Amino acid sequence: MIQNAVKSREAILALAILAMTGLIATRFPGFIRPANLANVFNDTAPLIILALGQMVVILTRCIDLSVAANLALTGMIVATINTVAPDIPIGLIIAIAISLGALLGAFNGILVWKLDIPPIVVTLGTMTIYRGIIFLVSEGQWINAHEMSEPFKHFPRATIAGLPVLSWIAILCITLFAVIVARTPLGRAFFAVGGNPNAAVYTGIDVGFTRFMAYVFAGALSGLTGYLWVARYAVAYVDIAGGFELEVVAACVIGGVSIAGGIGSVAGAVLGALFLGVVKNALPVINISPFWQLAISGSAIIIAIAFNARAQRQKGRVILKTAEHAT
Amino acid sequence: MLASSQAIAAEDGNATAVPGKLLLSLSGISKEFPGVRALSEVSLDLYPGEVTALVGENGAGKSTIVKILTGIYQPDGGTITIDGEEVFFPTAHAASDAGITAIHQETVLFDELTVAENIFIGHAPKGRFGLIDTARMHRDAKSLLERIGATIDPGARLRDLGIANRHLVAIARALSVDARVVIMDEPTAALSHKEISELYDLVEKLKADGKAILFISHKFDEIFRIADRYTVFRDGELAGSGTMADVSEDELVRMMVGRSVDQIFPKQQVALGEEVLRVSDYCHPSEFDSIGFSLRKGEILGFYGLVGAGRSEFMQALFGITKPSRGTVSIEGRNITINSPADAISEGIVYVPEDRGRQGTVIGLPIFENVTLPSLSRTSRHGFIRLAEEFSLARKYTSRLDLRAASLDQDVGNLSGGNQQKVVIAKWLATEPSVIILDEPTKGIDIGSKAAVHEFMSELAASGLAVVMVSSEIPEILGMSDRVIVMKEGRIAAELTGEGMNPESLVRAAAGIAEAAK
Ligand SMILES: Nc1ncnc2c1ncn2[C@@H]1O[C@H](COP(=O)(O)OP(=O)(O)OP(=O)(O)O)[C@@H](O)[C@H]1O
Ligand SMILES: [Mg+2]
Repeated sequence: MIQNAVKSREAILALAILAMTGLIATRFPGFIRPANLANVFNDTAPLIILALGQMVVILTRCIDLSVAANLALTGMIVATINTVAPDIPIGLIIAIAISLGALLGAFNGILVWKLDIPPIVVTLGTMTIYRGIIFLVSEGQWINAHEMSEPFKHFPRATIAGLPVLSWIAILCITLFAVIVARTPLGRAFFAVGGNPNAAVYTGIDVGFTRFMAYVFAGALSGLTGYLWVARYAVAYVDIAGGFELEVVAACVIGGVSIAGGIGSVAGAVLGALFLGVVKNALPVINISPFWQLAISGSAIIIAIAFNARAQRQKGRVILKTAEHAT
Repeated sequence: MLASSQAIAAEDGNATAVPGKLLLSLSGISKEFPGVRALSEVSLDLYPGEVTALVGENGAGKSTIVKILTGIYQPDGGTITIDGEEVFFPTAHAASDAGITAIHQETVLFDELTVAENIFIGHAPKGRFGLIDTARMHRDAKSLLERIGATIDPGARLRDLGIANRHLVAIARALSVDARVVIMDEPTAALSHKEISELYDLVEKLKADGKAILFISHKFDEIFRIADRYTVFRDGELAGSGTMADVSEDELVRMMVGRSVDQIFPKQQVALGEEVLRVSDYCHPSEFDSIGFSLRKGEILGFYGLVGAGRSEFMQALFGITKPSRGTVSIEGRNITINSPADAISEGIVYVPEDRGRQGTVIGLPIFENVTLPSLSRTSRHGFIRLAEEFSLARKYTSRLDLRAASLDQDVGNLSGGNQQKVVIAKWLATEPSVIILDEPTKGIDIGSKAAVHEFMSELAASGLAVVMVSSEIPEILGMSDRVIVMKEGRIAAELTGEGMNPESLVRAAAGIAEAAK
């Protein structure tokens, strides 16, 4: 029954995105030109990728606030590598970015697992630490476009079958995570650990290890996004993607991933990210100040949470029917 | 709501109640959940100073009516009257103001609070400045607990208590408000004979005070012992009601199940195979001491004892949840170390925990995913789960255990209490272990399904599975076991076989009374 509620929640979110896009199109038909839509998707790709990682972490009743800092640090390191050794092939750069990100994620995971520190505290700490390390690595300097090699910058922008590589990578990640979450024992463990950690222990699932793996996934995706981000914008500095972690968490929450753990889906996280992406891209078009974007995202989060709470009630916990009897 | 001290003092009578006069009456009550009609037009009457037993199979709608009576659910139709006047319970508060209190089947307590705080949460005694009077709260909690015969420190943290003691706290909590109607949803399921007889005494006292009591149970002996009237639900409908004096056990069962149920334990005599499990000198700093036994293929070994005897604690250590301070385990003659449940499972030892809510089901996952959670390595190939296989595994075991569910896709959280337990048992049997430890296997399971569980257990033993069965139900222990170990205060007090397996020696050994000289 919960699954039906989740499914219908996703359907409603998808409808909301469509309605919003339609509304914008009535005034600015250009917005729904395929090229523009592809553009919006491409623009949202980093958010989608990070939301996937965040989702598995939240599923296990944890949170990762260090994803944006991880992204920035990994981005800075691969950019630095590229400036000193411009000949390293992109494949290797990507492998380095993913491993480095996974390592930073594993560090979070170890702290949560072995030292039993609350996840929010751990990742709040590592968020600052990772940003601090960027400063040490870069000595506060920017790495600009002209310092990066051409292939390094070009890769995410190259188009295959009409879509940029960045978009394809997001699609690949979505597929991969959909399979991991739905069809592997580890994916099942994420749900079990978040749904009832106590029962998970009795089932022989190592709760700490499962959480650790969730952090490694989130970290690996952050690292990957780190490279894509600095290459796409052709710049790396201490503060890139500052505050982006909140947008990532917001995407998950809007997508129906329960902060209490155990409930969520890949489709939900992706739709949540797309919702924010559409809002972000539409506002400049319809001439509304980007500051409104924050207000709109905020309202969307509250609506989503209220909606989730209602969906839970519909499950039959408390039925608000006989109000007319009440008095 | 009245202060707690009055509730305790209530024994010496608020004599407004007149026995025989209808106190609370439900009629035409219906309740539908998405896809399930839990109740359709049922009625139920409660009389002051009388115990009404509510019986019915798992999923018949018993707990649903309790939740309607306590304002947790609202009925879709029907009326509730108290003293002839129609009442509505839009909230739990309204029901408790109307003098209804309940011990729910799944007790909702707060792990991080103390026993006293749990008992008085929401209506703590206030002192000066409206602050909570902690000293009085503790005193009141202590006397409430004493009244129900529990020896629990009111200052203890709830998470440190075992399931039986939690249950006693829930009972104390229900009695801490001065109520006219006391509802007990399977109050004895988690208790052993000592606490149960204290509970019976308590029920007698409540009766004498003129309270109307609704008593839900799957145990017929206790229904016949304490109830004055009965009401039977079947599939959400009223199947019969009347006074206990006019009904026999057979008639009740037939009303409930629609057929008669063979209540003889279906234990097959099995030739025991070679030894599979040997435990020696298992010790724990605080919970148990020097436990040793061996178990053979096809054997069912019963563990009996009072609440707090350390049976579940020992089983949890054996399963790798907690660490023993000393002791060895060997399986098929091979010494093994168990550091985690995963180790135990991979050695073929599994444990069906007693507290299915906290330790068993993962609410939010559908039934079939709950069942296959520990068997995923068997239902997947190359690391990917095959859904068809998963489904058929889940179907095989849940249907053997007589699970009543709309579909295996359904969230376990929406199942009735007894059906959730069947899911947990199915989950562990599906791992096809060589040793299974069942902690209170039929707790909360209705009479028909109980027979199905026993039959399945017996069949599995016959096929070579070794079973350790912790149970507080004497008929079950005696009917199903080949051998019984009685534990008392963390130690083995006696081992009974053959002729020695009789109720008296069981109770004596558990209570530590020496065998009468022959
Ligand atoms: N919140 C809910 N959502 C959907 N269905 C529910 C919900 N609660 C109960 N049900 C369904 O209503 C029916 C009655 O359940 P109820 O808990 O009242 O049974 P019960 O008689 O108490 O059984 P048991 O002896 O197992 O405790 C069952 O089919 C159950 O699956
Ligand atoms: Mg029930």
